[in-house]
Amino acid sequence: MDTRAAQYWKANIRLVATLLVIWFVVSYGFGIILAEPLNAIRIGGVGLGFWFAQQGSIYVFIALIFFYAARMNALDREFDVHED
Amino acid sequence: MDLSTLTYIVVGATFLLYIGIAIWARAGSTGEFYVAGKGVHPVANGMATAADWMSAASFISMAGLIAFNGYGASVFLMGWTGGYVLLALLLAPYLRKFGKFTVPEFIGERFYSQTARLVAVICLILASVTYVIGQMKGIGVAFSRFLETSYEQGLFIGMGIVFVYAVLGGMKGITYTQIAQYVVLIFAYTIPAIFISMNLTGNPIPQLGLIGSMADGSGMDMMAKLDQVVTDLGFGQYSEQVMGSKLNMFVYTLSLMIGTAGLPHVIIRFFTVPKVKDARSSAGWALVFIAILYTTAPAVGSMARLNLMNTIQTGEVGSPTGNMLISEAPAWFNNWEKTGLLAHEDKNGDGRIQYYNDKNPEMAKKAEAWGWKGNEMTKVDNDIMVLANPEIAGLPNWVIAIVVAGGLAAALSTAAGLLLAIASAVSHDVIKGMINPGITEKSELLASRLSMVGAIGLAGYFGLHPPGFAAGTVAIAFGLAASSIFPVLMMGIFNKKMNRSGAIWGMIAGISVTMLYVFQEKGIFFIPDTAQILQWEGYTKSWFLGISVNAFGAVGALINFIVAIVVSKMTAEPPEHIQHLVEDIRVPKGAGAATGH
Repeated sequence: MDTRAAQYWKANIRLVATLLVIWFVVSYGFGIILAEPLNAIRIGGVGLGFWFAQQGSIYVFIALIFFYAARMNALDREFDVHED
Repeated sequence: MDLSTLTYIVVGATFLLYIGIAIWARAGSTGEFYVAGKGVHPVANGMATAADWMSAASFISMAGLIAFNGYGASVFLMGWTGGYVLLALLLAPYLRKFGKFTVPEFIGERFYSQTARLVAVICLILASVTYVIGQMKGIGVAFSRFLETSYEQGLFIGMGIVFVYAVLGGMKGITYTQIAQYVVLIFAYTIPAIFISMNLTGNPIPQLGLIGSMADGSGMDMMAKLDQVVTDLGFGQYSEQVMGSKLNMFVYTLSLMIGTAGLPHVIIRFFTVPKVKDARSSAGWALVFIAILYTTAPAVGSMARLNLMNTIQTGEVGSPTGNMLISEAPAWFNNWEKTGLLAHEDKNGDGRIQYYNDKNPEMAKKAEAWGWKGNEMTKVDNDIMVLANPEIAGLPNWVIAIVVAGGLAAALSTAAGLLLAIASAVSHDVIKGMINPGITEKSELLASRLSMVGAIGLAGYFGLHPPGFAAGTVAIAFGLAASSIFPVLMMGIFNKKMNRSGAIWGMIAGISVTMLYVFQEKGIFFIPDTAQILQWEGYTKSWFLGISVNAFGAVGALINFIVAIVVSKMTAEPPEHIQHLVEDIRVPKGAGAATGH
């Protein structure tokens, strides 16, 4: 049981770490650090860096949370730690 | 019907609705008062969290900040949404599993220490009261403008209304009133945005209008047009101007994100959902409802700026007839001048207004050649943009009345949520947890209501003498939460070996450093003229790597983490049962139903 719990926790950490990398890349990466070079790519009338800073990052944040919720609920069942 | 009558009717009707709901849902037991009996559906909880979250700063201030800071204001957009990812992934499900009423209660048990709990209570109160001061300022300004009274009277009326439904209703009242408030505020925000986007770009969806092209037949992109209009007058290029520096923007964003995940009135929301898995998705729903406003705001900001510039610069820049005649100023211009938040001065006496950046040397030289004698828009307050926007775009009076009601809903709902967090910290953590564990439920409820009254009074007092603009005050509150609460919560869950001493010294170090940096510029506890006590010879604002006081919370959080880890390595490990407790928090199975149901 203990090793099962350890595996569950490890899978959780792996998922959270992956999602936080994406979280960092779309906001701090695309929106701030790389904004200037990305602005060369246009999305409609604005640069891609600007768009990520004021629109895109927010949409990605929402997707990240729902993806996390769905994956964790599946993990809970897989490791049999879900609530009744 | 004239605007003020219509405003009275709309604002009055929404208030009756909120108060009606608060009375209908009057809290029974202590458990219900704090967390609505833990029976709130995740979607409903998400909507209430969104209303709780979006304050006067989001509704009234933010689009104005975006209008004048352009790309630089992205820090608010990313900072005030990205924190939900941290909340959902790192805190919400575990705190729900733990199943307690308050944030300090978790800290006290996890770090097996009443001292840790007390330090958490103090940090929580410092952050929340600072936040409420910002709201009170917003409430005061909005009431005074539309009831046509003084700022002080507006503030007192606002305090009275907050008192009625926060103190009498409790959390359950607040949860349902906040759903109503969300609906009011989101309509109020999006309706004018749709009209304005339609007018300027022909696209009714503001998010698409932002990246669309002008409907004036030029076929030019809206953003390119805006960039051109502002740079022609010597202002920074809208789509590229930064706030401070790139480093400052990075740290500012981080500070707002961590602060979001450390603010007790938001965290407490995730105690109210029925199950651990609901805590995960509830943060997502909250963000969906928040994003509707936050993705509209950049469109509102940019279009308001364009409309404002075009109103004043009616023709070619530099041509003698290219500027608005003062005698032909639109009604909104004159209306807002009466509040003192918009002001002009005809410096060159040509009967027209020149609005340009006279601090830009290149522009100043050109302007001189045209006979301009300095920028004549002597005051354009950022905070009026959202409220003035429908008037600038010439929308009907009922739209303006709804915007006012929305702004008040945003400010009041946040103030009420914060007061509740303060009240529960005082009555539940300090009085019941430390001073008198045998207190009856009735006395606990009374203590909680009394502490709300105290907090309203304190915030009202500071609201009369505010330390700065609403948005700046709010950003400082985030910094305080970021530097104290978030790091210990995270380490409490993810670091089994984190112990009592580490947590206590981490919180103290983080919040102290942040407060010192803030007080050094703003005065000790925001009391004017005390700042120089902390300053040294040659002190300059933002001396640490150019990081502004509003952005400093992230640095405080880093210090918190470092101090906590170093101290915990030098002191004894947490006892066995605490390490088991942490293991138990990490799995959803066996989460209790409602405490005090």
